[in-house]
Amino acid sequence: MSRAGRLHSIQTMGTLDGPGVRFVAFLQGCPLRCGYCHNPDTWDAAAGEEITAQALFDRAVRYRGYFGREGGVTLSGGEPLLQAEFAGEFFSLCRRAGIHTALDTSGFRLDAAAKAALCQTDLVLLDIKMTTEEDYRRHTGCGLGQVLDFLRYCGEQQIPLWIRHVVVPGLNDTDEDAKRLAELLSGCSTVQKVEFLPFRKLCLEKYRQLGVPFPLESAPEGTADACRMLQKRAGLLN
Amino acid sequence: MERTQWEGFQGTTWRESIDVRDFIQQNYTPYLGDESFLAGPTARTQGLMEKLSALQKQEQERGGVLDIDVTTVSSLVNYAPGYLDRENELIVGLQTDAPLKRGVNPFGGIRMARDACEAYGYKISDKIEQEFTYRTTHNDGVFRVYTDEMRAARKMGVITGLPDAYGRGRIIGDYRRVALYGVDRLMEEKKKDKARVGQGNMNVDSIRLSEELYQQITFLVRLKEMAALYGVDISEPASNAREAAQWLYFAYLGAIKEQNGAAMSLGRVSTFLDIYLERDIARGVLDETGAQEIVDQLVIKLRMARHLRTPAYNELFGGDPMWITESLGGVGENGSPLVTKNSFRFLHTLYNLGTAPEPNLTVLWAEGLPEAWKRYCARVSIETDSIQYENDDVMRPIYGDDYAIACCVSAMKVGKQMQFFGARCNLPKLLLLAMNGGHDTLTGMQLGPQMAPLSGDTLQWEQVKERFDRYLVWLCHLYVNTMNVIHYMHDKYAYEKIQMALHDTDVERFMAFGVAGLSVLADSFSAIRYASVRPVRDENGYMVDFETAGEFPKFGNDDDRVDLMAKAALEQVIAELRKTPAYRGAIHTLSALTITSNVVYGKKTGSTPDGRKKGEPYAPGANPMHNREQNGALASLNSVAKLPYAACRDGISNTFSIIPEALGRETEEGVANLTTILGGYFAQGAHHINVNVINKEKLVEAYENPDRYPNLTIRVSGYAVNFHKLSREQQREVISRTFHAAV
Repeated sequence: MSRAGRLHSIQTMGTLDGPGVRFVAFLQGCPLRCGYCHNPDTWDAAAGEEITAQALFDRAVRYRGYFGREGGVTLSGGEPLLQAEFAGEFFSLCRRAGIHTALDTSGFRLDAAAKAALCQTDLVLLDIKMTTEEDYRRHTGCGLGQVLDFLRYCGEQQIPLWIRHVVVPGLNDTDEDAKRLAELLSGCSTVQKVEFLPFRKLCLEKYRQLGVPFPLESAPEGTADACRMLQKRAGLLN
Repeated sequence: MERTQWEGFQGTTWRESIDVRDFIQQNYTPYLGDESFLAGPTARTQGLMEKLSALQKQEQERGGVLDIDVTTVSSLVNYAPGYLDRENELIVGLQTDAPLKRGVNPFGGIRMARDACEAYGYKISDKIEQEFTYRTTHNDGVFRVYTDEMRAARKMGVITGLPDAYGRGRIIGDYRRVALYGVDRLMEEKKKDKARVGQGNMNVDSIRLSEELYQQITFLVRLKEMAALYGVDISEPASNAREAAQWLYFAYLGAIKEQNGAAMSLGRVSTFLDIYLERDIARGVLDETGAQEIVDQLVIKLRMARHLRTPAYNELFGGDPMWITESLGGVGENGSPLVTKNSFRFLHTLYNLGTAPEPNLTVLWAEGLPEAWKRYCARVSIETDSIQYENDDVMRPIYGDDYAIACCVSAMKVGKQMQFFGARCNLPKLLLLAMNGGHDTLTGMQLGPQMAPLSGDTLQWEQVKERFDRYLVWLCHLYVNTMNVIHYMHDKYAYEKIQMALHDTDVERFMAFGVAGLSVLADSFSAIRYASVRPVRDENGYMVDFETAGEFPKFGNDDDRVDLMAKAALEQVIAELRKTPAYRGAIHTLSALTITSNVVYGKKTGSTPDGRKKGEPYAPGANPMHNREQNGALASLNSVAKLPYAACRDGISNTFSIIPEALGRETEEGVANLTTILGGYFAQGAHHINVNVINKEKLVEAYENPDRYPNLTIRVSGYAVNFHKLSREQQREVISRTFHAAV
């Protein structure tokens, strides 16, 4: 059962990916190719450090004292569900130790392995990139349908969700986009929070180092205020 | 003994003998609530702050010094009384006859005083020059005795920052005693002590102590005279809260008029003063606004304290610091928190008066502190970036519950223990000296055991370690001896008369040694042990640089392989130091503490095997080297938390820099997160953390001096990133953008 995972990096003081102070493990590999991807260095599924779920747990548990009542661990990436068995095993170890588990995913996969991992997940951070099938496919290379299935499944299984949505000026920043997102979420009763994040270009250096062109190099950056207003108009402000 | 000033106070032990701790324990009121009771500044306070701000602006415009009295030697009664605004000052007393005007204090060394005056365009008066021609200063005494080897070690910088030309500081008078007992009672006790000493055998120790007691008593008389110049009689105990603050401040003022010590800390006064404030409030003669006004005005006075320093001194210690440290909070030996409303009031001065580095507000953190207080501290950290934290749970078992912090991290029982400040030795430089067989490639000097430099293509761990151990034995012996000379002479020629008058006569002494460059040493050891390090040698065969190939664990990543080497190094240094007895029976202690001097120590050190290049700064204190941390800030905290306080009882300093947004999306989240981070860090037995919630100015500084802000995590609307991993261009961009929304 023990299958080694591929780890990109660890952020021991995560305060952005789920509630409280969190140990965030970024896993290697992603099937999506979002134009604004912030972590292009996690795309390659064969790269990174090989690590067992137990070894990752042993590292995470050293930070338990910092978690307080709210914090815990988050698996992010890349797309952690590419390594669903590993994610499930890691979460199961954490849960047994009483540590809160969060999964930061694009929701691209919902097979038995993904469902098994979700069984061990206390909170899903679901990143919904675009709100129409056409846009989604154009900007990520994958389909929106499976993401919506994933959303529905989490609702049915009573798994709490935080929805995240990066707003790129000129790409998905109209009121229609935001309202469509609100509609997509309306059927799901376990959505606790929606986070609109402004598009940033802090990842430029990473692209340069990788020698990969950044598709949105010339796109303007978003602002927190504009995001907040957009979110408010769509009735999605928490 | 009953006095009218003590009406309403409980307890007997403290009445019979000098025992401020007992007075506090018998009378203080713990406060478990939140900050909602606090009051804003009064018009009088605001008026004073406006005046002070204008003067501070002028001070800056004149290059950092507003004015110098070059004709008077600083002491308790040598200046006419001075005021900021006589009508509106609740607490009076200035170091000289005018606000921010600096006095000259040549007792540490006339040259330092002369240079400092000249640096700011002044000239010390002929009268003072003349007087000190015939007077031996501390500095004169030290250099009469220094051996050639001590001079060489000092010049080379393997032992450095020595307090041999200025006041050693790091001594905290129990200034509360003046408020509680009045000066007459304190004099009476000292006279009894002097008589008692005279009953025993007269030997070097008792004769010296008798003379010191004579000086203490003389200066207690001067302290009364100093207060009398301001029309205040402090012979008797203070009778209300304002008087208690005033008496206490006079005692502190006497100390800083007499001594220009490097760190002149205040102690632990807030909960003591709270007892007087509570009594006045219960009597109906004071309300919350009035209570806050007294605290605000006391703090204004502390913010006006100044010493005259040379620019070189400021380069070493960064800015114009006095380290007027006030220790807040903590928990009593009985488990009851020592947090009072007045602990909150002290932090609240940062809002009423605006933020400032002085007084150096230090929170004694304990698991058993009230939650509301912990959260308030975290909030103040985020909003003002002005407080540091130290672990009461590791200090209380050693120092009890009435200790305070001198300078940054040095704990001592107030009025019962003092320390001989010992600067620090430069460990990476020692490593280079050892590998080169006693030759310093930077200065060309020879020092220490003389032998052939280590040979071979790559450095062998066992050989290097054996060499290092040998040189450490040599250095520690020299270091203790050098310190003994310095402190013998300081006691002889620049004795702290007022501060020691406010200590028990039978005081316990520490000799506080220090190390610089701990993380550079640990990483260098790690590189030699786990990677391959090829020395680059000059034409004489001395190593001047290193080529390091392969991966090696680096301090700051929560990796035991290297973290435990740092731990072992500290244990080894203190064990070696203890082998040479310290002056006056002092207990050897050790610190890993540099605040800004890590830059200067780095300048004096060649390239090291960890990849650090010649002249590059060290990380401050016990911090990991910047840009070597790969797993985020908590991994770095975990590494530092492994350093043992038992071996490093003078403190382990850690600087943690973060922008508020990286602590959480909303302020409330940030407050909650910082609270759990502090709790998690200290629960592991870590000693200290300087929480540096960074603002724009700091970020600009971080851009210019990355070494001062290790582990700087920034968050820009949803993304956390290590500041130093961005390109220079992006760093500039972040600086201009991060704060854009706030402008």
